[in-house]
Amino acid sequence: MAFAGFMFYIFAAICVACAVMVITSRNPVHSVLFLILAFFNAAGLFVLIGAEFLAMILVVVYVGAVAVLFLFVVMMLDVNFVELRRGVKRYVYLGATLGGILFLELALVATSWTLGPQMSSITLGPVVGTVSNTRSIGQVIYTDYVYLFQGASLILLVAMVGAIVLTLRSRAGVKKQVIADQVSRSSKDELIVVKVDSGSGI
Amino acid sequence: MEIGLSHYLAVAAVLFTLGLFGIFLNRRNVIVILMSVELMLLAVNINLVAFSAFLQDLTGQIFAMFVLTVAAAEAAIGLAILVVFYRNRASIAVDDVSNMKG
Repeated sequence: MAFAGFMFYIFAAICVACAVMVITSRNPVHSVLFLILAFFNAAGLFVLIGAEFLAMILVVVYVGAVAVLFLFVVMMLDVNFVELRRGVKRYVYLGATLGGILFLELALVATSWTLGPQMSSITLGPVVGTVSNTRSIGQVIYTDYVYLFQGASLILLVAMVGAIVLTLRSRAGVKKQVIADQVSRSSKDELIVVKVDSGSGI
Repeated sequence: MEIGLSHYLAVAAVLFTLGLFGIFLNRRNVIVILMSVELMLLAVNINLVAFSAFLQDLTGQIFAMFVLTVAAAEAAIGLAILVVFYRNRASIAVDDVSNMKG
């Protein structure tokens, strides 16, 4: 148990330090890389608390997809990021004030909440001690939450179609393969048989 | 020292605050703002999973999964909009996003 506590402090410290680096780093590529490290450490926190499935999902989805997407965009866009940081100091105090207020509020909530007396009776998806985390999530998500699960997949489909539609462009002057045109060609339109007399050209 | 629910809540609160601070700190850079929003969503996920584990209720983890889904969709759409905006304006500064203003 002492080892778990030690690992918690390691993961939490690295996660918070990486979050600081994400928002203060001058180079957005470094920001993305620190974001990846932060997500890895958050996955470590999830493993410590017993949510292994969500930890692996976090690594696969965030590190494997979202962070790489960020990295692609940051590296593809030719933006002067130094220019974008101009005038940062003006907002530091406002941000620090609002952040401090929010943190104080969160600290007040986190230290003073209590569980209601009827809390134990309204547990919706109780954890069964004998099965693994992944199996129990599967048992809940494909029965009680199946419609929400399908809705989540619809959201992903809409996001995918939306991203493709937004970024696909047709530029003039670019030769592109049009499969429909190729398939609909027939030999009658394209092939001309010419009778050529011997001794003369066409 | 036993690691309790309040430890996880503290980490999540710090991460959420850092995400909010990042939005102000990088007010002109949309990419870092999106990353700050991802940090805030991560903090929310940590809260959900922590409560789920300590209350022995799986619903929090299911909800965290849906938050993850929405976060992934949001990142994809946001970055697509960013790429389109960069194509039109050759800049990603937030101050330039005022085409629709009167």
